[in-house]
Amino acid sequence: MPALLFWTFAAMMLVFGGAVVLNRNPVASALSLVLSFLGLSALFMGLDAFFIGIIQVLVYAGAVMVLFLFIIMLLDLRAEERRKINTVAVVGGSAVALALFVQICLVVGQLRDADKPFPTLPSPRADDVHEVGMLLFSSYNLPFQIIGVLVLVATIGVIVLSKRELR
Amino acid sequence: MATLNHYLIVSGLLFTIGFAGVMLRRNIIIIFMSLELMLNAANLSLVAFSRFRVSANGLPNYNAQVFVFFIITVAAAEVALGLAIIVALFRARQTTHVEDISSLKF
Repeated sequence: MPALLFWTFAAMMLVFGGAVVLNRNPVASALSLVLSFLGLSALFMGLDAFFIGIIQVLVYAGAVMVLFLFIIMLLDLRAEERRKINTVAVVGGSAVALALFVQICLVVGQLRDADKPFPTLPSPRADDVHEVGMLLFSSYNLPFQIIGVLVLVATIGVIVLSKRELR
Repeated sequence: MATLNHYLIVSGLLFTIGFAGVMLRRNIIIIFMSLELMLNAANLSLVAFSRFRVSANGLPNYNAQVFVFFIITVAAAEVALGLAIIVALFRARQTTHVEDISSLKF
């Protein structure tokens, strides 16, 4: 992936990710999250992971974000009124987040070979859907079926939770 | 050229943004969105490692991408369940502000 494209999409992902946290209006946050996920999906495609990039757009930017927007509008949330900002919580939270980032940078700095360029692929068009599918249905067959059960359980759980009265 | 280091730092930055969102925001829906950001940051570093560690035939290591596939599936199920819980909470309390929800009593 050319460096210019990488920095463009990384900046898009990070700026809109920051906008998710900073916006006071939940609808604006949700729309920023869509743009952040689109930038992330572009980064995936730059890493030759086309299947994951498409799944990212379909599942996150499509289904999950529609669900978020639907719930925000169903609950009729307005931009939250300014509450008294808890200074201790803001300072403490920022400090912990900063410490985490410094720690991540230190760990990444210790990786060997990580500053070499990515190895080139034998052919420019990697057949990644085929490869991922073969792995899913051979080595990862049992986890794949378990994940099917998980989705079924989630579906039933959502229906039970959304009933009017719980008993 | 962007190297593995750049991808990992960008991924760590995205994770930090999500973490700061969980720590700083008090709206439960925004907290939930920040959780999604953190999951996606992990996905980005997994895919970067998958591209960096080519297997014997010169192709990327697709095990990591299968793992990302599972993470995305679990995250989608988690979003559906979490939003259902938020709707149930809103029906009971008429709020999405976490500081208004301080007791376990239903």
